[in-house]
Amino acid sequence: MDTSEDILQQASPGLIPGSGTARAAKPTRLSPSFISWLQAGPMMLVFLAFFLIPLVFVVIVSFWDYNEYQLLPAFSGRGYTDTFEGCIAQLPDLCTIAKTYLKTLKLCFLVWAITLFIGFWVAYFLAFHVKSKTWQTGLSLLCTIPFWTSNVIRMIAWIPLLGRNGLVNSGLMKTGLISQPVEWLLFSEFSVVLALVHLFTFFMVVPIFNSMIRIDKSLIEAAYDAGATGFQTLVNVIIPLAKPGIVIGSIFVITIVMGDFITIGVMGGQQIAAAGKIIETRVNALQFPAAAANAVILLVITFLIITMMSRIVDIKKEL
Amino acid sequence: MKEGRPRSFYVLSIFFAAYVLFLYGPMIAIYVLSFQGPQGGLTFPMNGVSTYWLTKLFQGTGIVDLGAAFRRSLLLGVIVMAVTVVLSVAAGMAFRRKFKAQSILFYSAIASLIVPSIITSLGISLEFRIIDDLIKAHWNENFETSMGLLTSGLGAHLTWTLPFGLLIMFAIFNRFDPRLEEAARDLGATPWQAFRHVVLPIILPSVIGIGLFGFTLSWDELARSSQAIGAVNTLPLDLQGLTTTVTNPDIYALGTIISAVSFAVITLALGTIHMLNKRQAAKGSDAGKGLV
Repeated sequence: MDTSEDILQQASPGLIPGSGTARAAKPTRLSPSFISWLQAGPMMLVFLAFFLIPLVFVVIVSFWDYNEYQLLPAFSGRGYTDTFEGCIAQLPDLCTIAKTYLKTLKLCFLVWAITLFIGFWVAYFLAFHVKSKTWQTGLSLLCTIPFWTSNVIRMIAWIPLLGRNGLVNSGLMKTGLISQPVEWLLFSEFSVVLALVHLFTFFMVVPIFNSMIRIDKSLIEAAYDAGATGFQTLVNVIIPLAKPGIVIGSIFVITIVMGDFITIGVMGGQQIAAAGKIIETRVNALQFPAAAANAVILLVITFLIITMMSRIVDIKKEL
Repeated sequence: MKEGRPRSFYVLSIFFAAYVLFLYGPMIAIYVLSFQGPQGGLTFPMNGVSTYWLTKLFQGTGIVDLGAAFRRSLLLGVIVMAVTVVLSVAAGMAFRRKFKAQSILFYSAIASLIVPSIITSLGISLEFRIIDDLIKAHWNENFETSMGLLTSGLGAHLTWTLPFGLLIMFAIFNRFDPRLEEAARDLGATPWQAFRHVVLPIILPSVIGIGLFGFTLSWDELARSSQAIGAVNTLPLDLQGLTTTVTNPDIYALGTIISAVSFAVITLALGTIHMLNKRQAAKGSDAGKGLV
């Protein structure tokens, strides 16, 4: 180690052969903290230039004025007043923005509940029932591979199944369960939730699996030996210990769905309003301050949800 | 414990199999449908078998200029992959010691991962618009835009891939034995030699994993590209544009080609990782195996 070598060197300079010449050849040693900066600096710069500063610009521009063509760098609350237009006047009816957020939260809750259920049991199966390491790796990989392929393709993949003449409808018609094709299968809230679950259950499986794999198996045997039923072990041992994974997975899924505009757009036939879609619509209309104001609102709501959830668990300790 | 598998094993096996079918079933359906005959439609049953739709895309007579978008996405993907690997490994090394901005970098990465993509994308586009306006006002009136594939587009993709790279590095060094590196240093290796000949070979399989994430996440990236890519489109953006006007299997054929690239990269990466792991097992340390 450096330090012990330095001490030895001071005590008796002749003890470490060659080290004196090595020092002479390399007079400028970089200090450890400088090396850390060199190593971590580039990534920090990328986040600064393409994440932190852009976020600051979103907040600044949300208070700018705008006309039909351009941004006007003068203070204005128009981005926000336009967004909340009619929210007080229309009471007790809900204004557009409130309705949109309620709908987004509803989608969010549905997708969260379903991905949590599926993700929990898939992770449970992989962590506790698959004993061989090779099988565990293989099956985990099987769950991961779709994540490396395109989301849009995984969305349009539902068209041949759910469309009016799709497999599901023709199957149901053949069995005589329905006489008319079911219309709500595609380009509806149903297909949006289905696609979101299809795309993002992965984000639930991974953290929950990671928590479960760290559970000491002897704890489960101890519970069994102490007379706990399988259900009691699940509720009192496994779920509490898997909680960090559940919370992290939930944060991922909730933030993704809150800000989603692509899945909701494609699978909703561009007809369903959502928090992320408002931003997209405003940008397309070149109303950047209004888009930025909506982004700030979305950011605040997302941040509140994450803060509430991270009260339950210290994220940094779990990684 | 009872002999044999508990009943829950069979129930969950079926559940897991159903989940896998749910994951892959729809994807396989469109791969199959893209091999329809020229009269093919959007759903089953298939109308003949041919490579008509696939070749149509490559001839450029189809819906998009596939070649140009393909090359752009490939170029961006490779650059994102390289930058992600280098920056993640470097930053991962930094996290093995304590340093001042450690928690700032950590929380930036986590925030970048979970702040909705549309916000990051909008922010980058605003940033570049304002830079453009400044350049036009102060230096060059004829300046077009600084937004583009390899400026704002590259940055947007990196905000998505770097957090994954960093988290994978954390996972690597959580189970990395630092004594191996210390041993190298004790034998007189310089820090660089210790990294190059000891640390890197050990972590190489996972580093390839970072590259796999870097490329595939960029190759399929959509939400962050949407506002920040500038005038040109990447392949996924073209594909998304088609979803509103789908009438024939063109879109499936395009999906199949994009997926084929993804699967080729995945196979290549996983194959390499497997090979490296095997080689490590064969030629690696015999420590802890007793005297031979």
